[in-house]
Amino acid sequence: MMTLAELAYWQSTSLRVVGGFAAVLLMAGTLVYLHLFKLVSFMQSRLGPMETGPYGSLQLLAEVGKFLQKEDIFPRKADRFVFAAAPFVVLMSTFLLVVVVPGGPDAWFIDSDLGIYLAMAVSSVSVIGILMAGWGSANKYSLMGGLRATGQLIAYELPLILAVVGVVIQAGTMNMQGIVLAQADGEIFGWGAIGNPFILTQFVGLVVFLIAMQAELTQSPFDMPVAESELVTGYMTEYSGMRFLLFFIGEFATAGVFSAIAAVLFLGGWYVPGIDSDSNAFNVIGPLVMLGKVVFVSFLVFWARFTFPRFREDQLQRLAWKFLIPIALVNIVATGILKVAF
Amino acid sequence: MSALLAAVSADSDLFVAQNVFFGIIALLMIGSALKVVTTSNVVHAALWLVLVLGGAAAQFILLGSEFVAVTQVLVYIGAVVVLFLFGVMLTRASMGDDETVAGEKRVMAAVVAGLLLAVMSVALIDTFSDDRVVIDEPQLVGTVADSIFSQYIVPFEAVSVLLLAALIGSIVVARKD
Repeated sequence: MMTLAELAYWQSTSLRVVGGFAAVLLMAGTLVYLHLFKLVSFMQSRLGPMETGPYGSLQLLAEVGKFLQKEDIFPRKADRFVFAAAPFVVLMSTFLLVVVVPGGPDAWFIDSDLGIYLAMAVSSVSVIGILMAGWGSANKYSLMGGLRATGQLIAYELPLILAVVGVVIQAGTMNMQGIVLAQADGEIFGWGAIGNPFILTQFVGLVVFLIAMQAELTQSPFDMPVAESELVTGYMTEYSGMRFLLFFIGEFATAGVFSAIAAVLFLGGWYVPGIDSDSNAFNVIGPLVMLGKVVFVSFLVFWARFTFPRFREDQLQRLAWKFLIPIALVNIVATGILKVAF
Repeated sequence: MSALLAAVSADSDLFVAQNVFFGIIALLMIGSALKVVTTSNVVHAALWLVLVLGGAAAQFILLGSEFVAVTQVLVYIGAVVVLFLFGVMLTRASMGDDETVAGEKRVMAAVVAGLLLAVMSVALIDTFSDDRVVIDEPQLVGTVADSIFSQYIVPFEAVSVLLLAALIGSIVVARKD
C-alpha cells in the first residue's frame, strides 16, 4: 500500500487540498445539524427539523439549495467590489486555518514548524473581511456591527494567543503534531497510562482559551457585533443568497476549526490512551477521534451560546483586558517556572 | 511549501520556480503599492496595502523564512492594517472618492519617494550585488529563537524597552486627565 508520503508532491498536495475542503465542510455540516438544529431544539423542548430526510438530517442541504436560488442583492450605494469580496476573505481565513490541524500521525495537511503560530496569524486576517463587509455595505448598522466585531476580535485575540503560549512552553514546540505527541508520550509523575493531556496542567489556559474562542467566534454571550435586537444582523445585514451562505458556513466552520485546535492543544488531539502513539491505526481512527473531540468542545461552545444572555460592550471589554489577559500572563509565568523546576 | 523548497533545492542549484514567482509577486506588490498612493479613497488605500504586505510575506516564504512571513501577516495585516481601517471607519467612513486625499502635496511626496528609492537601490545593490542567497531548507523556529536569545540578545532587549517606552508614552499622550 502506498502511503501519502510516497506520492509525488503535486499528488499529495492535491489530496490534502481536497481533504481540507472536505474537513471544513463536513465538520461545519455536522456541527450545524447536531448543535444548531438538534441540541438547541432539545434545550427548548422541541424536535427541530424532522421532515427532510431521516430525523431532518438533509435539512441543511435543503437550506443550501434555498440560499443558492436567492437573488444576489447589492445595495445601490454599496462599494461593489469590497462588498462582494468580503465573505471570501472571511472564508479564506477559515480554510487556511484548518491546514494546521492534524488528524493522525501521517494524516496532516501541513506539518509546519510554526503550527499554532500560523493558525493564530491566519485567524487574525478574518477581521479584515468583517471590516470590509461592514464598510462596503453602506449601511450604518453594518458599519457599527463591523466596528464592534473588530474591537471585540482585537481584544480577545490577545488572551487567545497568551493562553496558547502556556501549552507551547510545556510541549516545547509550536508544531501541532509535536504538541499531540508531547501529550501522548507524556507522563504524570512517572505514570504514563493516559499520557499527559494538557487539560490537567493547563486547565487555566483551557478556560481562558475557551472564553476567548467564544468571543472570537462572536457566539453569544459575545454576539454584540450581530446583536439582532440592536443592529439587525450587524455586518451581515445587507447580505443575501449565496454571500450570506458563505458567512454562515464561515461562522460554523470556524467554530469547528477552533474546537479542533482546542482539542489538539488541550485534549490530546487524535490520540486516545491504550494504543501506542506511533501505531498506524491512528491514521484511521485519528480523524474519528478528532471529530469526537471537536463535537465535544463545540458542544461547550453552543451550550454557552444558547444559555447566557449578551454582554454589554463595556463588560465585554473589561472581561478581556482586566481579567483574561492578566490571568493568561500569570499562567505563562507559572508554566515557565514549573517547566524549569521539573 | 517547505517540502517544495526541499524538493527543488535538493536536485538543482537553480531556483527557477522561486525566481519566476518572485517576479510575479513583486509585480503585484508594485502595482498594489501604486494603487495605495493613487487611489482617492482611504479605505481602498488600506485594502491595497493588505496586498502589498501579503506579498512581502509571500516573498519571505519563497526565501524559506516562514517565521518572518507569519509574523508579517500577524503583525502587519492582522494588527496594523486592522487598526488603520478601524480608525478610518470611526472617523471618516465616506463611501465615494475623497478629493481632499489627493492634495497638492503629491508632487513633494513623489520626489521624496523617488529619492528614497534611489538611495536604497544604490545602497542595497552596492552592498549585496555579489551575494547569493542559498536556501538549503526552511529556517526553523528554534534557529531564529537561538540567534535572538544569544547573538542578538542586547539589540532585542533594547528594542523591547524602546517599544515599552513608546507604549507608555502613547498612553500618557492620549490621557486627558
